[in-house]
Amino acid sequence: MSEMKFTNEHEWIRIEGDIGTIGITDYAQSQLGDVVYVELPAVGKKVTKGGDAAVVESVKAASEVYAPLAGEVTAINDHLTGNPGLVNSAPTGDGWFFKLKIADKGELAGLMDEGAYKKFIEGLS
Amino acid sequence: MTADSASDVLLRTPLHNLHREFGAKIVPFAGYEMPVQYPAGIIAEHQHARAAAGLFDVSHMGQVRLDGPAAARALETLVPGDIEGLPQGHTRYTLFTNEAGGILDDLMVTNNGDHLFLVVNAACKAADIAHLKAGIGARIKVTELADRALLALQGPQAAAVVARLAPETARMKFMTFGRVRLGGIECWLTRSGYTGEDGFEISVPAASAERLARLLLAEAEVKPVGLGARDSLRLEAGLCLYGHDIDTTTTPVEANLNWAIGKRRRAGGGFPGATKILNQLTEGAPRLRVGILPEGRAPAREHTQVTDAAGKPVGEITSGGYGPTVGGPVAMGYVARAAAAEGATVNLVVRGVPRPARIAKLPFVPHRYHRG
Repeated sequence: MSEMKFTNEHEWIRIEGDIGTIGITDYAQSQLGDVVYVELPAVGKKVTKGGDAAVVESVKAASEVYAPLAGEVTAINDHLTGNPGLVNSAPTGDGWFFKLKIADKGELAGLMDEGAYKKFIEGLS
Repeated sequence: MTADSASDVLLRTPLHNLHREFGAKIVPFAGYEMPVQYPAGIIAEHQHARAAAGLFDVSHMGQVRLDGPAAARALETLVPGDIEGLPQGHTRYTLFTNEAGGILDDLMVTNNGDHLFLVVNAACKAADIAHLKAGIGARIKVTELADRALLALQGPQAAAVVARLAPETARMKFMTFGRVRLGGIECWLTRSGYTGEDGFEISVPAASAERLARLLLAEAEVKPVGLGARDSLRLEAGLCLYGHDIDTTTTPVEANLNWAIGKRRRAGGGFPGATKILNQLTEGAPRLRVGILPEGRAPAREHTQVTDAAGKPVGEITSGGYGPTVGGPVAMGYVARAAAAEGATVNLVVRGVPRPARIAKLPFVPHRYHRG
């Protein structure tokens, strides 16, 4: 069973063993509007919790995507290069950004579960 | 709470309730609550305006009437355009310049026989009206038409839609004016716009604006388009956005708007900053506004640094983003004259990384104006 956690910067991370798959939430994509470009980290790059990991650009603006946890990038979603609209159409599915080998699973404790994240975005509107 | 300060209160256009009804995402813009997009999204709205007809609410813009003998001659003391030579019923693009040759605003001027009709930018309108009153107010009556809304219908099917309501508009050519009834509402049309497409800007009494908008939206070809797509459309069309591509630090010659300096005005001058502007016209400007086409997929946004092959800074992006019709990133900006040749290779420093781009001809998407 995988477990999904959320950040207050609107990233999600799906945990399977010591690998986390990361993307942006449906709320985030709806706020951005049409995504036209995604810049992904290099495989092997070490990221820190809350540090810059990727960039997502809509027609209007560029936004940073932060790493929910520290770790090393093990894979990136090459499909986003040719089809960045996947971030809009399937934000928590085919629109994933990158995978991470998690350095310290203890850092998971600081993230929100789905219920807490839902409450969090309700409080934003 | 600081909302009691008058400057914090956002104004609404007469179409505000209609925008809400159509599900618009509303953002603050130039002191107004404006629709940045509808549920269709910026790309779909952009493509609709290129393929059919998009309806824009631009009621935040300023509409001004100049009355008085020789209003055209008076206005010429503030702009480099040939206004005296503007035939009745015709519209011209011009610029308010300052003594340093910079641009205070860009505007449209229509000769309506007994008066001039001006459309100015929302963010500049208060300053423009003060500038008009200070400059020519002793001779000319300056009236803001605050009780009028402004709609734009843009796209290859806009003319057919308007002709269905007012057949006589089929005769109108690009940059001409007509007073017509649309659904019984007296409207002032100019065949012009800010998308590069054929279409009309429609001045309408504020009280009738919603009825007119509903009338137009009831036509099969018409969908509402927000400010987001308005920006991507005008960028692809190579049109300047005041406060970004032109401002008080850019001259008309640097902005590549030489065509807006009337032939007669080049000889006679007599507008603010004429010495500098006319000198640049003959000697060349130190920098020029150009189109810039990134070679990769990454958009280069406003304020992105432009460097030459050796990494030396040569300029800056003033408008940049994604062009839905082009299908990739597009930009415009200012570069040193030596780097401004069409086809020249430059680099755009995006997130610290230089990325190749080339100087490109504007517009990125050909204009399709109805020149008749």
